[in-house]
Amino acid sequence: MQKRSTTIRRHREDEAAARFTTDRRRRALRARRLRRGGLALALTAPAVLAYVVFVIRPIAMTVQYSFYKWDGITPSTWAGLSNYVAILHNPELSGSIVNAFTLILFFSFVPVALGLFTANAIRGFATSRLAVVARTVLFLPQIIPLVAAGIMWSWQLSTDGVVNQVFRLLGLGRLARPWLGDFGTALPAVGVIGAWVLFGLCMLLLLAGMTKIDPSLYEAARVDGAGPVREFFSITLPSLRQEVVVCLTVTIIAALASFDIVYIATQGGPGNRTLVPGLEIYYLAFFQRQVGSASALAVVLMLLVLAVVLPLQSLSREGKS
Amino acid sequence: MIVSRREQWLGRVLLVILMAVTVLPFVSLFVTALHPSGTYPAGLSWPATPHWSNFTEAFKAADMGRLLWSSVLIEVGVVPVSLLISTMAGFALGHLRPPGGRALFIGFLLGLTLPFEGIIIPLYYQMRDLGLLNTRWAIILPLIGLYMPFAVFWMRAHFITMPDDISEAARIDGANLWQLFWRIHVPLSMPALSSLAILLFLWSWNQFLLAVVLVSDPLQRTMAGALGAFQGQWGTDIPLLCAGSLLILTPTLVIFLVFQRRFVSALLQGSLKG
Repeated sequence: MQKRSTTIRRHREDEAAARFTTDRRRRALRARRLRRGGLALALTAPAVLAYVVFVIRPIAMTVQYSFYKWDGITPSTWAGLSNYVAILHNPELSGSIVNAFTLILFFSFVPVALGLFTANAIRGFATSRLAVVARTVLFLPQIIPLVAAGIMWSWQLSTDGVVNQVFRLLGLGRLARPWLGDFGTALPAVGVIGAWVLFGLCMLLLLAGMTKIDPSLYEAARVDGAGPVREFFSITLPSLRQEVVVCLTVTIIAALASFDIVYIATQGGPGNRTLVPGLEIYYLAFFQRQVGSASALAVVLMLLVLAVVLPLQSLSREGKS
Repeated sequence: MIVSRREQWLGRVLLVILMAVTVLPFVSLFVTALHPSGTYPAGLSWPATPHWSNFTEAFKAADMGRLLWSSVLIEVGVVPVSLLISTMAGFALGHLRPPGGRALFIGFLLGLTLPFEGIIIPLYYQMRDLGLLNTRWAIILPLIGLYMPFAVFWMRAHFITMPDDISEAARIDGANLWQLFWRIHVPLSMPALSSLAILLFLWSWNQFLLAVVLVSDPLQRTMAGALGAFQGQWGTDIPLLCAGSLLILTPTLVIFLVFQRRFVSALLQGSLKG
């Protein structure tokens, strides 16, 4: 009896001691994790610093400027929301936003649609020599500066340019015109330049996505008697959801935030027909010295990009789950 | 895969047409550059006598040597620093996962879609107050900040796939955090790092908006910015403009053709992750 209770007691003491040491070990572990956590956070410090100083702070400043009337030199005066109201009422400002959305048609839908069509047509010989050469050639527009694309195309689309030459060759000479200088065709012409730049990237992204699709799916579809059109809509397109979303995201941002091409090809003309928010911000802030309204337009541009891009992302996530 | 012969032919023809449309502007630029300077050549036409001298003239007019040097200096200022600090941050956020890391990461993500025009106005005044307007620093410093969302995102995505066991093993062998980072993880990250380096190089080389707004002297700009200035100055002399544009494009084209495989895969991966 006596013996038993001592063993129990001893056992309890052991347990307590063990608990004490695990407690201490746990505390030591936590301390080490905290110390490591602190070190890890210290590693992120330079990146965070660069990001805060040159991105976050400027974003905050843009928002702040947008509530003031300021010429950049003399003291600013509080303007409330009037800069934002002006965007709604001033046709030059609201027009630039409409133009940017029109460009989406050319920058996004044309490259993605044409890219899907082409990638689907060549997926059967995606590894042939022709396709490998095409990979390099179609990528060229992606690596040159947009400024260069603008210069090349403004020459090609001019009165004596290649485009009109082709039209005359085809007997369509009456269609020939200075495409970038014509009120009716300037914006679509700028859109064509964007489509030329972005097509290769979209096509190759989509093609890469298509090579990942299980070929047995196609074989099964052919056995069931599905034609190429049916095959495309029931197998290819659904499997490419993620790639299509990526293409749309990249190209829509390129359209809404376009600057380089328009700056070089048309400077926003003729008569503001190709004015886009990026260019308008530049003119307003640095030439007309209306820093407040330029900033309001900048804030609207940032929000518009988020408003279009964020819903797209949830679309691709749905596809994954 | 079963693909009918007719579909194959359709695809081939389509591909050749699209390649022709892609190359045509380059050919047009080249042919026009050979016409006598000051003339208005018609579209795509071979000149009676090719004026190769346009290239040397444009080389002198654009001050190509110094332009190249300026772009190289900007690259040297931007790329290594961006790589280093984003790798450190990506390593911390993806591998060490400190408390609060998730919030930081979401903060970086917010900047991923930011159009540069959104912050160009405050950047101008910031650079003016720092006395850096019209210097290469006005391009270098903001670019480092602007690249952080993508670069950190990219490196974190890489480090998150690295197994913890590697670090545990190194720690048991007595490696501290610094050694763990430099001796183990940086050497293992070379593929991700080199792709990121290519992307950052290309984006800096082609950066236009910052150059136009913050630096008025073309000799302090990036290649793209210098090209914009060249167009402004020589825009009326089409053959000379074409020759100059081609010269300014040459370095990028050469580097692309040498490293094309890496370039294509980097850009494809880059847009997939972004």
